[in-house]
Amino acid sequence: MSDTLTSKTSDVAAAVPDYPMDRDARCPFAPPPQVLEMGEAKPLSRVRIWDGSTPWLITGHEVARELFADSRVSVDDRRDGFPHWNEHMLSTVNKRPRSVFTSDAEEHTRFRRMLSKPFTFKRVEGLRSAIQEVTDECIDAILAGPQPADIVAKLALPVPTRVISEMLGVPYEDHEFFQHHANVGLARYATAEDGQKGAMSLAQYLINLVETKMAIPQGEGNEDAVSDLAERVTAGEISVKEAAQLGTGLLIAGHETTANMIGIGVLALLENPEQAALLRDSDDPKFIANAAEELMRYLSIIQNGQRRVAIEDIDIGGETIRAGEGIIIDLAPANWDAAAYPEPDKLVLTRDAGQQLGFGYGRHQCVGQQLARAELQIVFHTLLKRIPTLRLAVPLDEVPFKHDRLAYGVYELPVTW
Amino acid sequence: MKVTVDQDKCVSSGQCVRNAGDVFNQRDDDGVVVLLNDSPAPEEQEHARKAAAACPALAIDIEE
Repeated sequence: MSDTLTSKTSDVAAAVPDYPMDRDARCPFAPPPQVLEMGEAKPLSRVRIWDGSTPWLITGHEVARELFADSRVSVDDRRDGFPHWNEHMLSTVNKRPRSVFTSDAEEHTRFRRMLSKPFTFKRVEGLRSAIQEVTDECIDAILAGPQPADIVAKLALPVPTRVISEMLGVPYEDHEFFQHHANVGLARYATAEDGQKGAMSLAQYLINLVETKMAIPQGEGNEDAVSDLAERVTAGEISVKEAAQLGTGLLIAGHETTANMIGIGVLALLENPEQAALLRDSDDPKFIANAAEELMRYLSIIQNGQRRVAIEDIDIGGETIRAGEGIIIDLAPANWDAAAYPEPDKLVLTRDAGQQLGFGYGRHQCVGQQLARAELQIVFHTLLKRIPTLRLAVPLDEVPFKHDRLAYGVYELPVTW
Repeated sequence: MKVTVDQDKCVSSGQCVRNAGDVFNQRDDDGVVVLLNDSPAPEEQEHARKAAAACPALAIDIEE
């Protein structure tokens, strides 16, 4: 009798699938097939994560949007039931200063407003000519250099890295150091030890930078975001550690994510030549802007899900999420929800992708989204215009994909023309 | 159409200015929404609706 009960219980346990799931190597742009199947059945269901806990996985577009905007859903990773990405994030939870990523309500608003000045829509519009110039320089270098050329090293990484270095006041000469540590910091399955090294050296780098900026008298070439944070430290609003934590967030999010989106976005365009032709032949800023949104919808590079915990019971999508239960909002299946986007597995630059969730939604939606948009719009369009014969230099199945990173993309993309 | 904004809720995403730059602006210092026109002309109303739908903080209210 008890045997029967036990085996029933373990059947139920076995029915909860492990998360994250693997993608199908034959469909490198698609979310994992198992996640899509779950999404077709229900907008939310249980999954099992690395520590054995069984949070809710959100796969439906509408439910994702509602939960992102729901104040009963917290990003505070110190709360019981919070579904951590990996062991590294859990082991550092009480060591990491609070930041825009891990605070709720008024505390979050305070941090967020400290970071927003360089990223307003108009400030970013004012940067377009500078972004265009950097993009053109990178493409000049590609055209002048040997074939095949690696789009990741020659275009996808340098454009956003140069732009964010300038905005933050981080010396571009240090880019190899921080690109390396940003990549280490985004290891998807980081153990406590691996994660610690990268996080510590980058944090120390930013602490040193904040202190250097604090020593520069105001008005002497310190019109940048780290100088703004340094001023707030001097004014006693935040600690050096908090400033460094916020600066690290901007630095990593400011180049690594956009670089991944550019690399895999170029690949998606090369694999969909009729769509690439539409973008190449257009000079309509609205079409170009929507094309970047559709590429973000199609590719949703932030894999591993946005992590949250319920602080009250929430009835949604025919289920009840109990207070204290973990929530994982997975952007990729939500962006491939057929109820929101018919034939979601097709890249269609002419569809209205305005509500795509690649930047998330709700109060934690990407701080740098307007900058990322400007960069993506300029880079994709300029590359296709300037190198119209661009093509992949290796078979698709030889392109190395970032299955092991929190941000999906390609490690390299050899192209010829 | 009557537009109102809640500056306390605003998270400075810039989605309002992106969708309806004639109706909304952002403060220079922290990106918080500034309402330029609470009664948009008919040709601006669709943009204002899009801005309200895109606002991630649900800080824009539109009464038709």
